[in-house]
Amino acid sequence: MRFFEQMEVGQRRELGSFTFTADAIKKFAAQFDPQAFHLDEEEGHKSLFGGLAASGWHVGSVCMKLLVADAARQAKEALARGEEVAVWGPSPGFRELRWIGPVLSGDTISFASEIVSKRTSDTRPEWGILQARNTGTNQRGELVFSLLATAFVPRRGAA
Amino acid sequence: MTLTFEDFPPGRLGTFGPRHVTREEMLAFAAEFDPQPMHLDEEAAKASMLQGLSGSGWHLCSIMMRMMFDGFIGRTASMGSPGVNEVRWLAPLRPDDDLMLEVDVTDARVSRSRPETGIVTLKGVARNAGGEVLCEMVSPIIVRRREGRA
Repeated sequence: MRFFEQMEVGQRRELGSFTFTADAIKKFAAQFDPQAFHLDEEEGHKSLFGGLAASGWHVGSVCMKLLVADAARQAKEALARGEEVAVWGPSPGFRELRWIGPVLSGDTISFASEIVSKRTSDTRPEWGILQARNTGTNQRGELVFSLLATAFVPRRGAA
Repeated sequence: MTLTFEDFPPGRLGTFGPRHVTREEMLAFAAEFDPQPMHLDEEAAKASMLQGLSGSGWHLCSIMMRMMFDGFIGRTASMGSPGVNEVRWLAPLRPDDDLMLEVDVTDARVSRSRPETGIVTLKGVARNAGGEVLCEMVSPIIVRRREGRA
């Protein structure tokens, strides 16, 4: 992972993609969001979504999964260069989550993250606070997911 | 009876729970979706800002979704949600927390583009057994209107 000082507004990272299979959609939905259109193909077709649709919380959780995987890749690269590795802090939350279009079974969503603001923490000077717009785009190039995330990121040499 | 838009006037909708959250399910969610050391590893978690093993915020939100489903969405003519205005993770989810969820309707209006439906804005506040607020969430849902039914 990177330190606060290495991050600039406008930096964008492609996080990778994830294919939402019917099995994965139903497994998540059965546990957390068992609305009929997330569990059953027929009900999905009859709904506004037009097919078996992933729970929005599933889409957001997969975005988190790919963010963490990308950060782990960056940490590995930093280690290989002999650099210090930053460990991210927790997130105080997010805003403006938009489920813009349905994520249907078989869809492959590519996620990306772009830094939109950075500032140092007033109360915790060893930390920076970063805002990033995280997005998901399907295999037809349609934006289906967007979120304005906030996270604590360590400042170099503060640890 | 199925709940429709008319059943969501502004004000307290209800309080739901308790929902017990085990260490095992916290670790399983984190391993699949949020494998950061602060969610998976006791020692790393102790050294983190949250000072101990904590659940993923996405897990907490997903549990809140399930509590809302069990509480009322499962019997509501719900047509899904366009998004979430805001989520604030205010305190960490801990192993063996017993969650309570308070839900208020903060706004209810008829949809202009689909007049057979209404948009109900919900505010959910999740607390642990000690009453500490762990998460606040504000999210609209789309609900069918009674008089608009085909």
